[in-house]
Amino acid sequence: MGMRVLLVEDEPNIVEAMGFILSRDGWSVATHANGETALEEIRRVAPDVLVLDVMLPGRSGYDILRDLRAEPALAALPVLMLTARGQEKDRALAEELGVTGFMTKPFANDDLRAAVNRIAARG
Amino acid sequence: MKNQPSARSLTGTRIRERRLGQGRKQADLAREVGISPAYLNLIEHNKRPVAGKLLLDIARALGVESGELSGSGDVALFGLLSAAASRFAETGAELDRAGELAGRFPGWAALIAAQHQRIRALERLTATLSDRLGHDPQLAASLHEVLSTVTAIRSAVSILSEGGEIDPEWQARFLRNVAEDTARLSEAAQGLAGFLEAGEAEAGEHLSPQEELSAFLAARNHFFAPLEPGGWAGVEAIVAGAKDELASAAARELARAWLTRYREDAESLPLPRFAGLWQEVGGDLVRLAERAGQSLGRVLRRAACSGGPTRRGLVICDGSGTLTTRRELPGFPVPRFGAACPRWPLFQALVQPGRPIRARVEMPGEPRQIFTCTAIAEARWPEGIDGLPIYEATMLIEAEPGAGEAVPLTAGPGCRICPRPACPARREASILAEEPSEGAL
Repeated sequence: MGMRVLLVEDEPNIVEAMGFILSRDGWSVATHANGETALEEIRRVAPDVLVLDVMLPGRSGYDILRDLRAEPALAALPVLMLTARGQEKDRALAEELGVTGFMTKPFANDDLRAAVNRIAARG
Repeated sequence: MKNQPSARSLTGTRIRERRLGQGRKQADLAREVGISPAYLNLIEHNKRPVAGKLLLDIARALGVESGELSGSGDVALFGLLSAAASRFAETGAELDRAGELAGRFPGWAALIAAQHQRIRALERLTATLSDRLGHDPQLAASLHEVLSTVTAIRSAVSILSEGGEIDPEWQARFLRNVAEDTARLSEAAQGLAGFLEAGEAEAGEHLSPQEELSAFLAARNHFFAPLEPGGWAGVEAIVAGAKDELASAAARELARAWLTRYREDAESLPLPRFAGLWQEVGGDLVRLAERAGQSLGRVLRRAACSGGPTRRGLVICDGSGTLTTRRELPGFPVPRFGAACPRWPLFQALVQPGRPIRARVEMPGEPRQIFTCTAIAEARWPEGIDGLPIYEATMLIEAEPGAGEAVPLTAGPGCRICPRPACPARREASILAEEPSEGAL
């Protein structure tokens, strides 16, 4: 069985496309669309890589990342953050909170594939 | 700085320019108006004053209006040239020779003045648009929607065009997704375009219920004769009659609340009584409120919304400092989005509820503009004794005639669109060019 990736993203068509691309590369893909319950889902799925959107209903990706890094069991989980805002301060905030990789929407499929593989290798 | 010649002291220069322009000799003009060429020479070099009958004779001989020679129409132009030079002091424009420029080259001087005015107008427009872009959550949401949709389309199209084997079912699904997202993108882009256009046209579509209400009130000068005592229409009739302007249900609800309070104010303090008391107390609004037995907030609202000429503005904020009523006054801009200037007496009142505050305030701009601001914060207890008080601060803004002397309290419209370079209350950088340091805090 391949590595497991959890996509926390509320746009269903983006989730579908990302899921398709990563599945084809051999990833086992799980998805979740709600920020409020994302942390529980991360604990439950225990992915090898987390792809986390910033703007989610209920709770922002930054808040989720902050809590995640505070949990010893999840502190080292490789996290690729997705945002529609590419400002330097957003990237700086994500880095401060301990993100592993950062991508700005819209992105190319190959870039997503490469980023997920890269941060998985790091974790 | 050298003494600046006034527009009027260059009458001689203008006479000389007009005469030379007509190719006439000094001696001929002097003879025609009955003076010696030597005396005309002194006049033309601004070494002798010229006015009265002699000026009229010279003007008649040159076939121009005497005002054209005396520069009486140039005072405003002279002021604009000085203002233009002050804005860009580093260019070294010879401010002491502005009058000479206006006298010798009136067309070029008018062009500089017109460009100065145009720059100021564009700066104001830029400030409005930037204010809107920087603070409006709807814009952020629209942009996020566009970028997310583009991401979905790009990924799906990329999968479909990469080649390789794709299950027909997946192929159909991605094609359907692209079709859906394209329609979504089109809607989001139209919404965004509409938003940006609304920033340009004040009379265009309004984006929030608060904006709809503001436009509705501004179009009526914040005055509703039908709601005054003896009036002929009620709140509902007015709201129903403005359904195009108050397009959203939320805006109509805000309008109902605003108009209901207006009617209560009008019934408690009818305008004839207000005017009589105003005379009695010599404009002291606190004493007026005492004599009328009404709250100062009500008196300030009546003063601003009495249907008279627009020499009085009004701003009201809630306990969080958010502006809920904006009746603007020329020279005292009120930001449409984001926070206002913390130096406004409105906010001094907000932190001292129940205490009336009156202050003379200098706003940025040329010429100097002074406003008398009277403010009060009042509390209501809608949830009873155990509930939290709801605070509201109200500020009446009255423009003082003339330019006025400098006053200690300087303020601005709000940090982003305020040109004052060094303000101890500054919260964020301004997008405007700085004011000359003379106007600084």
